[in-house]
Amino acid sequence: MTPEDTVIGLRVERAGPLALLQDGGRFGVRRLGVTQGGPADLHGWAWANRLAGNAWGTPALEITFGGLALVAERDLSLAVAGADLAATLEGKPLPLWQPVRVREGQTLVFATPRNGLRAYLAVAGGFRAEPVLGSVSCVVREGLGGFDGHGATLATGDRLAVSSDAGRRLEAGVAPVPAPPDYTRPAMLALLPGAQVADFTGDSLFAAFNRPWKVDDRADRMGVRLSGPRLACRIGSLVSEGIGLGAVQVPPDGQPIALLNDRQTIGGYPRLGALTPLAASRLAQCLPGQEVRLAATTGERALGDYRRLRRSLER
Amino acid sequence: MSRGIHQETELGGRRGARLPRIESAGLDGWLVRLFERIDEDNLAWLGALARRCEAALGEDLVDLVPSYTTLLVTFDPLGLAPEVARARLEALLADLTPDPAAGTGQVHELPTWYDPRVGPDLEGVAGHLGMSVAEVIDCHAGREYRVFALGFAPGFAFMGLLDERLEVPRLSTPRRRVPVNSVAIAGRQTAAYPAVTPGGWRLLGRTTARLFDRDRDGFSLLKVGDSVRFVPVDRATFERHGGDMTPVEKHS
Repeated sequence: MTPEDTVIGLRVERAGPLALLQDGGRFGVRRLGVTQGGPADLHGWAWANRLAGNAWGTPALEITFGGLALVAERDLSLAVAGADLAATLEGKPLPLWQPVRVREGQTLVFATPRNGLRAYLAVAGGFRAEPVLGSVSCVVREGLGGFDGHGATLATGDRLAVSSDAGRRLEAGVAPVPAPPDYTRPAMLALLPGAQVADFTGDSLFAAFNRPWKVDDRADRMGVRLSGPRLACRIGSLVSEGIGLGAVQVPPDGQPIALLNDRQTIGGYPRLGALTPLAASRLAQCLPGQEVRLAATTGERALGDYRRLRRSLER
Repeated sequence: MSRGIHQETELGGRRGARLPRIESAGLDGWLVRLFERIDEDNLAWLGALARRCEAALGEDLVDLVPSYTTLLVTFDPLGLAPEVARARLEALLADLTPDPAAGTGQVHELPTWYDPRVGPDLEGVAGHLGMSVAEVIDCHAGREYRVFALGFAPGFAFMGLLDERLEVPRLSTPRRRVPVNSVAIAGRQTAAYPAVTPGGWRLLGRTTARLFDRDRDGFSLLKVGDSVRFVPVDRATFERHGGDMTPVEKHS
């Protein structure tokens, strides 16, 4: 990042509850206790970037729940994918999952969730911030990343830096864009069984994969708690060990927690296994009270799904 | 040090299962389980394994998370198919030898002011253990600890093993805000808080060391395998080195 290729692109007219800058995540420092970060919904984030003509990993804005108003400080090309937060441009519905031109002075509002929880806003060339520990991903709890470098969420009055290329026109009709997902439908979450899966009782295993689970209101970027039948494991706790993205841990209260991007790096509860990256993304779009189910999958299928996503994004 | 002095739990139902084991940790990771029990001797093996992984996985390696008995290996599944990664780990384990250098990292001295004003649990711990405050301090500062794992927060090092005589349970209600640099104990472990976080460990004092610094090469002062000694200092020294005098009550 150099001052010459960075300009102010947007001003925060009204900050919502949570809007965070996210690149692909912070890697290589988890051994120091630093969390991964990155977009909670990899799928929506990647498509917003793709539609804005950006490479994988370009910083985009993750807007949770809505309540955010932005004013363009110059002409911009951008794209919004992921959740439908009833976004408007100058009071008119903002087209989602496609490139959009925004004129200087125009107001972009993200209101409330209509389909999903997290929208991704990418501008052509990307948002700009100084990386911290190799990434701009904003982790509030650790005080790392974001536009200020210290993990601050967007605040009213903030002026957001973008690439000086953000005004360039985008070609429409790039790559076959997927139909916007219906995040309101009950989600089937693919899970790769883990090493302790056989330590759960038979009843509990049956319940885990055959009963509906409700997304609890204790849900954030660290993890999402699922409420339902109480799962019993013959292991109470383990010596703490590294935890991967999507790990589904079961504390002694028997209610599973799926761990997402901002999870702690190590932990000691037994795990059913790990959600696939796409299942973790799907869960991140669920609102509290929504119904989800867990479905065991194989590494081969999970890899196939992930490969297809990455290939569909290639330019 | 003898094996099995301390262990949080047994791996129920899996005791006796063959080690090392490679376990699924999601699409992009394998967890290599080398040991069942916490032991300082594990560090030389885990350190050797981490170095070999760096060499064997090269650019496809995304992250390594060493902990007490395990190493989580995360990689890019598009660059390196999970089954290929697993095969490489298996090959690597077949002729793994402990790396004494990895088992003995840097040695750090953490200047620490042990005092109820910054260590509000110091007197309570002494009372609970039937020791004097001076004995608690001598006991805590009288031993060199090893860093078993980093986690919970950036730069938060889980160190052990504490003298058996200092074993106390965590607070039943964790503090909402533990002041930065607090030196604490729980079970057979000790730690220093690199940032203000919630925490349930018992606070004995405060250090002046800068535990996590984004501008420092390597960021974290303490790394897995390092050795740490807490060095008691008086208030004047603590203040001279920029120690934070803010009482705990003001934080929590």
